[in-house]
Amino acid sequence: MLVYLVRRLASTLPVLVVVSVFVFAFVHALPGDPARLEAGPEASPADIEAIRKDMGLDGPIWSQYLRWAGNTVQFRLGRSTKTRQPVAEVIGERFMPTLWLTVVAMIWATIVGVSIGVLSGVRRGRWQDRTVMVLAISGVSFPSFWMGLLLIDLFSVRLGWLPTGGYGTWKHFVMPGFTLGLAVAAVMARFTRSAFVEIMAEDYVRTARMKGVPERLVAWKHTLRNALIPVITLTGLQFGFLLGGAVVIETVFSWPGLGRLLVDSVSFRDYPVIQAVIMLFSLEFVLINLTVDVLYAVANPEIRLK
Amino acid sequence: MSATLAQPPSAAIRTPIGEFLRRFRRQHLALIALAVLLALVLSAVFAPWIAPYDPATPDYASVLDGPSAAHWLGTDAYGRDILSRIIWGGRVSLSVGFLSVALGGMVGIVIGLISGFFGGWLDGALMRLMDVLLAFPGIILAIGVVALLGPGIDNVIYSIAVFSVPVFARLVRGTTLALKQSLYVQAARSIGVGKMALMLRHILPGAMPGVIVYASLRLGTSILTAASLSFIGLGARPPSPEWGAMLADGRSFLGVADHLTLFPGLAIFVTVLAFNILGDGLRDALDQKLR
Repeated sequence: MLVYLVRRLASTLPVLVVVSVFVFAFVHALPGDPARLEAGPEASPADIEAIRKDMGLDGPIWSQYLRWAGNTVQFRLGRSTKTRQPVAEVIGERFMPTLWLTVVAMIWATIVGVSIGVLSGVRRGRWQDRTVMVLAISGVSFPSFWMGLLLIDLFSVRLGWLPTGGYGTWKHFVMPGFTLGLAVAAVMARFTRSAFVEIMAEDYVRTARMKGVPERLVAWKHTLRNALIPVITLTGLQFGFLLGGAVVIETVFSWPGLGRLLVDSVSFRDYPVIQAVIMLFSLEFVLINLTVDVLYAVANPEIRLK
Repeated sequence: MSATLAQPPSAAIRTPIGEFLRRFRRQHLALIALAVLLALVLSAVFAPWIAPYDPATPDYASVLDGPSAAHWLGTDAYGRDILSRIIWGGRVSLSVGFLSVALGGMVGIVIGLISGFFGGWLDGALMRLMDVLLAFPGIILAIGVVALLGPGIDNVIYSIAVFSVPVFARLVRGTTLALKQSLYVQAARSIGVGKMALMLRHILPGAMPGVIVYASLRLGTSILTAASLSFIGLGARPPSPEWGAMLADGRSFLGVADHLTLFPGLAIFVTVLAFNILGDGLRDALDQKLR
């Protein structure tokens, strides 16, 4: 197990390095002189030159990259060009709201998605199955921001039950969490159903039926357990989708998270913040996939022994 | 002699395309989706003749009017006709979808063919690069590209094309690996067919069914992503009648004039749903194993 863990961890490093090279190249391609930006509008040419040296911008490109990567690893991310606040501080405030939002969305989407996927698989071809599949394909196609606006219209503007946006109590989580998880629940339902249907055709399921195991037990014990393995993998991939979706949902519901920070920073061309948020999103995504793979190996000895 | 012998043999021969059409005709939902999409494409192409009003001319005499005989879907905050704006907006959304999928698809197909056909270190390097592209959540990658190139509909096309590339590359690579070993490709190779011809004339057609299915599904995703980018203000700019941008405009009038957000939202939903249903139908008609 430890060997697997180390090997898997080692294989994520190149991905992170390549991502960081991309992000570095991205900022390097931008017009404008970072030293001048850092120095502020009233700095003399000598001051700018001193800052350029201080920031390591006079060295060759690879040494600039190494310096930047070293700083990034230590969370020295520079200052926001808009507010002059340290970037690490800015993203620190925004990190938890986004994490909680995605976790809430993931939990309900997984529970509901897997349950109706199983229901659909058990009742394959009947009306329950067809209804679920129509709902699922609609859920995947529904623009999340439209859903958000429809919910605000109904529950905030007309009924006055829930706040239109913001962050604080559980009431603030209801609409954003539901909206963000909707597409994921739909994907989960479709995927669970097809995994379930596939396993139902296996020999050992037929054997179980033949020896008289009740249908309910066949579905929940023999089939579901094995169908869940690919579903775990999908959960990891969907987390990435949720992180992306959070950008849109946070804009709809004025959620003080990383996604809205990213959108605002792009509008203000606040490059140090953009750079840090994109790095952080990639890091989160890579770490989640790593966790999923490890869980997967715990559940399935075949993989960790290979 | 019996009459049965005289029957033409062609009735018994099923061409792959004939077989596909026969199966596709039974996908009633997919046929409806195809009809809806054709109607949307036609209305977008003929927008100048179909749209009852100019999509950009304000009319301050009828501001925020609900649906009526004069304006079937009502008017917006500047008195512009919403139906006309949706018809014109179809041009934006559909062309962003088609162009980005065509661009991303072509690059992805080339990478997939090269990667699968030549294998070795090149395959390894290209596939790692694709992994990295997939590691970015699509819309965040798109925002990164927009941040670099600036907002605007052209840049939205590039940024969405970028994250279609790995999807097609992986698909085509897989098919290429399988077909490279197949008997007919081996036979073609043995009579001296060149590498380019092997890839383009013998392997690529075999990968096309999968490409078509993915293209239909990607079209839905791309249109949805483009609308999302416009909604958060990084895509089409407000005067443009883009569907996502129209929703963003109508946001301030929730509860006052709901038709401002209702109809553009519906337009996005119906279009994306139609592409997804079509993609599912095509997949079922092309390959029953994938069900």
